[in-house]
Amino acid sequence: MTSTCKDSGTASLKDDEEFTDILEERRRTTDLGYALRTFNPQPYKGAPTLSTSDLNKAVLESQYLCFIIKEIAMETGSSVEKVKEDASVILKEMSHNLQLGFIRLMGYTLNKVFKRLYRSIYVNMEGLNMLKQAIQESPVILIPNHRSYVDFLIISYILFTYDIPVPVIAAGIRLADVTIIGGILRRSGAFYIRRAIGSDKLYWAVLLEYVQTIVRTGYAPLEFYVEGFRSRTLKSLVPKLGMMDMVLEPYFKGEVFDITLVPISISYDRVLEESLLALELLGVPRPQESITGLFKASGVLQDDYGCMHVNFGRPLSARQLCEGKINWSEYNLIPRNLPQRPTAETQDCVNWLAHLIVRTQEEGSLISPWSLVACLLLQTPFTTLTEEGLQWHQLTEKTLWLRKLVLDFGARLNWPAHIPDSEVMSSTVALHHSIVHHKEDRIYLVQGEDSARQDPLSPEEGVMRMAVVVLMLVSYRNQALHVFVRPGILAIAIHITKSTRKDELFNFFCFLRDVFSDEFIFIPGRAAQDFEEACSLLQKCGAVHTSQQEVTVLETGLEVLSFLQKLLQPFLDSYQLMFRYLCEKEDHVFTEEQFLPDVRNLATKLIHSGDLHTFEVLSSDMQKNVLSALRRLEAVTKLRASQQKEYKVNKAAVSRTGDILSGKVPLESLHTTPDARLQCQVE
Amino acid sequence: GFYANSSMPSQVTHELLLICTCLCSCLSLRSTAHQLCRVQSQGFLTCTYIHFFHRQEIMKWNGWGYSDSKFLYNKKGQAEFTGKRYRLSGMIIPGLREWMESTFGANLQHKTPAAPILNSSVVQPPTLNEAFLKELKSTGIPFSHDAEDRVFRSHGHCLHEIFALREGKIGRVPDLVVWPNCHNDVVKIVELACKHNVCLIPYGGGTSVSSALECPPEETRSIVSLDTSQMNRILWIDEKNLTAHVEAGIVGQDLERLLNESGYCTGHEPDSMEFSSLGGWVATRASGMKKNIYGNIEDLVVHIKMVTPRGVIEKSCQGPRMSTGPDVHHFIMGSEGTLGVVTEVTMKIRPMPEYQKYGSVVFPNFEMGVACLREVARQRCAPASIRLMDNEQFKFGHALKPQVSSIFTSFLDGLKKFYITKFKGFDPNRLCVATLLFEGDREKVLQHEKQVYDIAAKFGGLAAGEDNGQRGYMLTFVIAYLRDLGMDYYVIGESFETSMPWDRVLDICRNVKARIVRECKDKGVQFPPLSTCRVTQTYDAGACVYFYFAFNYRGLSDPVHVYEQVEHAAREEILANGGSLSHHHGVGKLRKEWMRETISSVGMGMLKSVKDYVDPNNIFGNRNLL
Repeated sequence: MTSTCKDSGTASLKDDEEFTDILEERRRTTDLGYALRTFNPQPYKGAPTLSTSDLNKAVLESQYLCFIIKEIAMETGSSVEKVKEDASVILKEMSHNLQLGFIRLMGYTLNKVFKRLYRSIYVNMEGLNMLKQAIQESPVILIPNHRSYVDFLIISYILFTYDIPVPVIAAGIRLADVTIIGGILRRSGAFYIRRAIGSDKLYWAVLLEYVQTIVRTGYAPLEFYVEGFRSRTLKSLVPKLGMMDMVLEPYFKGEVFDITLVPISISYDRVLEESLLALELLGVPRPQESITGLFKASGVLQDDYGCMHVNFGRPLSARQLCEGKINWSEYNLIPRNLPQRPTAETQDCVNWLAHLIVRTQEEGSLISPWSLVACLLLQTPFTTLTEEGLQWHQLTEKTLWLRKLVLDFGARLNWPAHIPDSEVMSSTVALHHSIVHHKEDRIYLVQGEDSARQDPLSPEEGVMRMAVVVLMLVSYRNQALHVFVRPGILAIAIHITKSTRKDELFNFFCFLRDVFSDEFIFIPGRAAQDFEEACSLLQKCGAVHTSQQEVTVLETGLEVLSFLQKLLQPFLDSYQLMFRYLCEKEDHVFTEEQFLPDVRNLATKLIHSGDLHTFEVLSSDMQKNVLSALRRLEAVTKLRASQQKEYKVNKAAVSRTGDILSGKVPLESLHTTPDARLQCQVE
Repeated sequence: GFYANSSMPSQVTHELLLICTCLCSCLSLRSTAHQLCRVQSQGFLTCTYIHFFHRQEIMKWNGWGYSDSKFLYNKKGQAEFTGKRYRLSGMIIPGLREWMESTFGANLQHKTPAAPILNSSVVQPPTLNEAFLKELKSTGIPFSHDAEDRVFRSHGHCLHEIFALREGKIGRVPDLVVWPNCHNDVVKIVELACKHNVCLIPYGGGTSVSSALECPPEETRSIVSLDTSQMNRILWIDEKNLTAHVEAGIVGQDLERLLNESGYCTGHEPDSMEFSSLGGWVATRASGMKKNIYGNIEDLVVHIKMVTPRGVIEKSCQGPRMSTGPDVHHFIMGSEGTLGVVTEVTMKIRPMPEYQKYGSVVFPNFEMGVACLREVARQRCAPASIRLMDNEQFKFGHALKPQVSSIFTSFLDGLKKFYITKFKGFDPNRLCVATLLFEGDREKVLQHEKQVYDIAAKFGGLAAGEDNGQRGYMLTFVIAYLRDLGMDYYVIGESFETSMPWDRVLDICRNVKARIVRECKDKGVQFPPLSTCRVTQTYDAGACVYFYFAFNYRGLSDPVHVYEQVEHAAREEILANGGSLSHHHGVGKLRKEWMRETISSVGMGMLKSVKDYVDPNNIFGNRNLL
């Protein structure tokens, strides 16, 4: 393995490091005193002190932007002044207006909110100290995961508390339009990016220059979400590359010596928006982000949301990570202020790096006991959960068994050590009273708020109501999924192929990895390492015995294997259902608008009739993932000419994929990953 | 005998010199222009003919320059520079010790002295080609297979070469040294070498820093070092055309001195000009400090005569420019001894400048300084020389200030410092200084000077006096001696250079310096290294940058290897950032590995085919370049 691969394995911090509850001190001191504390951070060594207006001026006057403005003026026939005016309007809409006063206001407000919402906010001080150091050495990019609106300012809050320069944060433009809040966030360092930029050349140019000026000058740490959006499923999203490209380019061009990437993992015991997320996934329209929405949310503020963990990952050097992957000379023959498309090689490298960051975020996140419970509840028949209830001691026993397994798998578990296990269990169940309730030694799923309602629910309503709770449960399971994915996929490969031959299993493993690469995060080009990791974890927990050629299932391992298989079964079932839908529909052409409700209706019927045992297929997230997987496998193609998102399906290919997935048809050809070039030398 | 050099009589002269320089610096503080004597301006005072057969009699065999000139710490623990050849000679340099201690963590207690004399027994006996030797004898051309003569010509001045010598380690050395006296002698030698399949390595001044003089270890033939030092005459001066026809073995300082006697100069002043030879300049595409007025070697050369295994190559006329296909001079310039021996060169000469004036400008930071140099280049008004040192090098230059003898001077120094840092608000840890040298008619120089200072003012530059400027140029000649001092105390280092377009200057300077620091840390160097740079030449489309890099190697088991790894990484960084493989040091064997990516495979093929035609049997077998 090359050093880069090793790096990624050790990039997240080790378990033995200390987390400090930063709210503890806040509870002892006054909020006002906190907000007015002296804030005197050590910035990046070379950074000139730029005001926000200087920054904007530098962007507008940059050679790159001037070049593009002239080009656009030529193309469109309008005057340079006019285009320049447009650019300055775009910049005005985009730019942040970071002011210390507002940071203090934000600190004051968040103090109040956080103290009410959370028991504790744990931060790893070692990571924070490394960040403090790194900020002085090179431009720093903070890359947190995004699971809740709450995390939007949490990093700024922590950095302010510990005297570290507060970041400027890339945010979606929708947030800017929220009355008052939009402006406050802007003054707290948010800058706004439109969602669908498309081919707006001027917009791209302004954005690029804005972001890169911030990076080049080391103006402030830059924070953005590499996943692009808030994950509605609490599962990591496949990274978006646009920002990553922009941020790294100054390094590729040699304009900075290095760029430090800091993956940050934010983990919640309980997510503020849990039920909203489920509703959104089920296609219930999302409420507009508005101030009234926020007031409504203030009802939410009365509840207990447990703890939050913010784990600052080890700072990663872009220079070290990209070593040997970039051909620099491509940048040497063109003036650097001219636009230049990155080569395929560079794009692959950025893609690889973005995946690596997300994987590091996953590894750095903390798994709560509730996630384990959620995994187990989802493997319990729904009738048990709704009617007779699950025996408490049975759940406890199983959870403790699973605790051992995740620890074997090397996960970070947030299981309090000094409290008896039974108390941990009851407190975690109590925290999630919105999903389960505990009565007479049994656990039941909470079903809707109106048990008083007399008239019976329609079958569809019943399914949907159930689906809300189940999808909430699913999202908590998802928080732990990354620990199980690799061994889980191997377990499925073993189950489906019934083979013990390592090469056969590896091929099937790669196939599954490929099919599900929108669902789970796999670092491109690392199939072999993923497979090795899966083998060694299953071996470690006594599930299999591996040799040079063989992977054999052990008697003692059946429980683990069946757990893993059941854990991922909903994905297989859901994909199969959608494959079936596509193969059975008459038309070859369909739109996304049509696909989503159709699948939902079909699934609702099947669930009601008892022919389908998972609610996850109802999730729009999974539906979109299937489309994207099929496009990647070239079984579905997007029609270029069409105005709407129209797709054409190759039924034979879809059905073949389904058949391989179900084991009906064997996987023949040796599977090669498309980007084997990036693969680290394993041999 | 470490202190044996400070004998009584020379101390008297030192004192006299001291008084002289003090007077000079007092005068310069009044900032009235005055003409300096030519030799002084070059930093060294005395010239010695170094075309001795046995150069080691006056030059160090395992360090830089003259045996009598070296830095050392005297009994009081103060640094001083011995000898009487340089302006700095005989002076105490009070700040050097503290600078060395604080910059490198070096300590006078921790010494690493060099082996004092060459132990001839470690030199491998020569592999002689008897037939060749026999015929050579009959020509009457002097030769030697004495161990000292051979070792002296077996190396250049790369760190690894000098380090090995100091440890008394001798690798493959030439088996024979020959001293041709003229072009015809060279023709005879080359003919004999071809006839008897002997490997020839031309040797000029021996100042190579590209491993170009290293004998290829895989060479099994007898290796003959062809020392051009006896071919050191100016054959004619043509005052109508302003050219001089010179034998290629002449060293820079002799050429200038002899031309000066007739009122002329070439103006070609590479930093190595005390020792490097005309033939060497041609063979490496040398560049001189004052190229802004006189041009680089390729601009100065009018006609070249080179002896190759195929015969003699030269043009039939001396037309100033020709359109006759690719210029064959460009096969010769930069051929690094792989094609033949340059024997005679016709060079442009100029009347000696009437007036010279140094100057310096302090900038608040390096970025402003570079912006100023760029503007100067844009306006094409660069003085004879303009160089910009970064902050570390500014401090280094400061540490090399000789002892100030008058209270008045030190008071003025203090005042200047106060003015710049307190009154003008320059950060002493960020400011940097540009040194300037103007040359020409008195009036034009003053006019030119004003133009440059006006531009500098636009970039926040403050004129900082002639003295600082002159000291900057003096350092050029003594800095190589300083490395020897460092090596006495666990400090090793070297300089390397590159050229790049203007828009990359700042990025390359920053990234290469940072890379050096990071690599040192990664490679286990215990102390932070000195990693500094200066912009030494400006062009219309770019600049030349020099890096100095040195570190304290205590605690490292193989310091030279670490050094080489860091230098390698630094070169990779330069190339990755769009810098060139070399501006004027050449490729030699040190930078060969990057040639293909530098000039493309087709380019390599072109050069190879020339080599294959001119020297099919690889008689000129130093294996440089390709």
